[in-house]
Amino acid sequence: MKKRDPDLLLFHAPLLRQGMTTPKAMRDVIIALLPATGASLWYFGLSAALLLGACIAGAVLAEWLFADRASRGESLRDATGILTGLLLGLTLPPGLPLWMAFLGGFAGIALGKVIWGGLGHNLFNPALVGRAFLLATFPIAMTTWVSVYPEGGFFDVYSSNLALPFMQPQVDGVSAATPLGLFKFQQEATPLGDLMVGRIGGSLGETSGLLLILGGIYLWLRRDLDWRIPVSILGTVVLFSAVLGLFDAERFPAPLFSVFSGGLLLGAIYMATDPVTSPVTPRGAWIFGIGTGVLVMLIRVFGGLPEGVMYAILLMNAATPLIDRYTQPRVFGHGVEKKP
Amino acid sequence: MKAFRLLRRSFEHGVHPAHHKDQTENLPIQRVPFGRHFIMPLGQHIGVPSRAVVAAGDAVERGQLIAEPGGFVSTALHSPVKGVVSKVGDFRGVDGRYAPAIAIEADPFATQEVDPDAAPDWRSLSLEAFIEAVQMAGIVGMGGAAFPSHVKLSVPDGIRIRHLLINGAECEPYLTTDHRLMVERPEALLEGAEILRQKLGAEETVIGIEANKPDAIETISRHLSPDQPVRIVKLKVKYPQGAEKMMIKSVFGTEVPAGRLPRDVEVNVNNVGTVVAIADYFLRGMPLIERVVTVAGPGVTYPANLIVPLGTSVRDVVGFCGGLKPGTREIIMGGPMMGRPIASLDVPVLKGCSGVLVFTEEQTARRKEYPCIRCGRCLEACPYFLNPSRLARLSKARMFDEMKDYNVFDCVECGCCTFACPSNIPIVQLIRTAKDDLNNRKEPDA
Repeated sequence: MKKRDPDLLLFHAPLLRQGMTTPKAMRDVIIALLPATGASLWYFGLSAALLLGACIAGAVLAEWLFADRASRGESLRDATGILTGLLLGLTLPPGLPLWMAFLGGFAGIALGKVIWGGLGHNLFNPALVGRAFLLATFPIAMTTWVSVYPEGGFFDVYSSNLALPFMQPQVDGVSAATPLGLFKFQQEATPLGDLMVGRIGGSLGETSGLLLILGGIYLWLRRDLDWRIPVSILGTVVLFSAVLGLFDAERFPAPLFSVFSGGLLLGAIYMATDPVTSPVTPRGAWIFGIGTGVLVMLIRVFGGLPEGVMYAILLMNAATPLIDRYTQPRVFGHGVEKKP
Repeated sequence: MKAFRLLRRSFEHGVHPAHHKDQTENLPIQRVPFGRHFIMPLGQHIGVPSRAVVAAGDAVERGQLIAEPGGFVSTALHSPVKGVVSKVGDFRGVDGRYAPAIAIEADPFATQEVDPDAAPDWRSLSLEAFIEAVQMAGIVGMGGAAFPSHVKLSVPDGIRIRHLLINGAECEPYLTTDHRLMVERPEALLEGAEILRQKLGAEETVIGIEANKPDAIETISRHLSPDQPVRIVKLKVKYPQGAEKMMIKSVFGTEVPAGRLPRDVEVNVNNVGTVVAIADYFLRGMPLIERVVTVAGPGVTYPANLIVPLGTSVRDVVGFCGGLKPGTREIIMGGPMMGRPIASLDVPVLKGCSGVLVFTEEQTARRKEYPCIRCGRCLEACPYFLNPSRLARLSKARMFDEMKDYNVFDCVECGCCTFACPSNIPIVQLIRTAKDDLNNRKEPDA
């Protein structure tokens, strides 16, 4: 009896792959955000969980609704919708009505990702598009901040969270300004220790600088993150503040205050580094980071708003294709002399 | 920075696949018994196919010329066995296409020896005669590309070769042919190196070996004689360390200008197998009629390093290794990063075939492709500093002309980008498609 040959496949080399896949990289970012998410629950209680849940639900719903039927399951499984929702949620004020958060998540995916052609094709960071949408639509709710630790403990939900759609939300009794707002409008500095651990007013995720850095280190170790971008953003901000401090240390923010206040760490580590919307070339990453850092400081110090991370990143997102185009690396063997 | 780079002894970028060499790296080279049927394709090197000089019914000796070079970039072919030519015609080749070949039936009772004095005395040959002798011995680059060696040795006037670089990197996973040759035949390697060095008038011989072959480094060091200017350079284990321009960068710190050849930086690079083949011809009279092949991979029953007469079918080679395990899905000729899949077990082993690798489910599982998220891993992998992400996107959009602005023709198709891509995008295939299209478009005007 003649033994039959196996039916041979003709897949082309390389047959080997390193183990990383895109959904795994997305999951890594979510894992990296878990400590900071935990901190937001610690400081803002159940409200934080509800808000994050609402954002994620909005994002995932948009993802599901706009996917074609064949790839519907896939677009949910690659976890990018969840990541966008989570990132958006972490930039929101804790007292925001839930329906707004839901709408923001939905808009982030729909306007920030789907209309561009889906994952990998968008020009702007979807989470920040969602936030920009909310800030333009609900400016008051988006700039009303509550103090940490709700009065009634973990299960006490800020009443404004439960406001119904299109009703004027009740402003909570205990409101608190963010450190950046305090500094800009009342020239009042917040102690650095409070800034680092996050015992301050502000968005859900921008409160604990140290935990955000911890997640960033995890991403760097997993090679999911272009270290050049956070390093250049933070470096630029520190340098910018230090130079301003030479002129008038009272009027301008100190370098470390600039780094740990507001959404800078969240933006620099998790949003500016979104690979889809940041330059892919190494030199481009430096330019992108320095540009973002300069814009952040310009808006914070000389602009009308206390915080500028979102607009800085979105503006640099728009410049990304151009930066990429003009920063292609030197190809091996190009521009070298014939003789050694 | 430059000093730091020299310390590391490597080019920049590249990837680190698991090397999977433990299956065969300690197995001595064995000889495969001669089979009955041999098929020698006329086009088993890069360039013009050879021209057959025998016809069906002719008796041939082992090592006898059966096809002469079809042009300058072409080499001779010799019969791998004593036997009778059964047919000169079209046979299915490794790439699945029919191509001209010479089929030989082996004489089962022959002793299969070659005339040890067949080669001319290399010392008395002029450089031109030496180069012609290399061509008539059918010697090609044995690392996988099968580029005729005499073409590399033909250096135009005004260019001097100062360094003879011997490529013992063997950076492809699984393959251990050069490794075993270095361990088992260091004398032949050094003999061949000395022949080439003297003929080229080079000042020194440098043998580049990846650090994962300490036994090869140690064995060759032991055989070095003080009057032969040879030094061994230990290289970082990294793919594609064995790409000749990368190895020149690693060893000398020099970049070969784009579109130029190693000779433009005064270097001549030859693979370990090629250098041994030079020694075997000029000192032992054997033209290129057999080569060392690594048979490995998860689907092989008994992995081995084998001396295989050219023209032996993959079926005979695999059969000698105990056959295929159940679950075999794919067979690659060459290495897993740049080799070619074969469609049938009846294709012959050729001059450029460094490995027969048998893969199973795990390596051939269909990988889901995700959209490119521009993570930049391919840019960090590409040893040529191209932008594979951009190239793949343009190729998908069939914007092939724009790809020229992104230096698509500098790509050597090493596959690093595809290896590194977390979205499983077949980047190197997309680039190859574009290059083919651009090349085919060019031809009518030329």
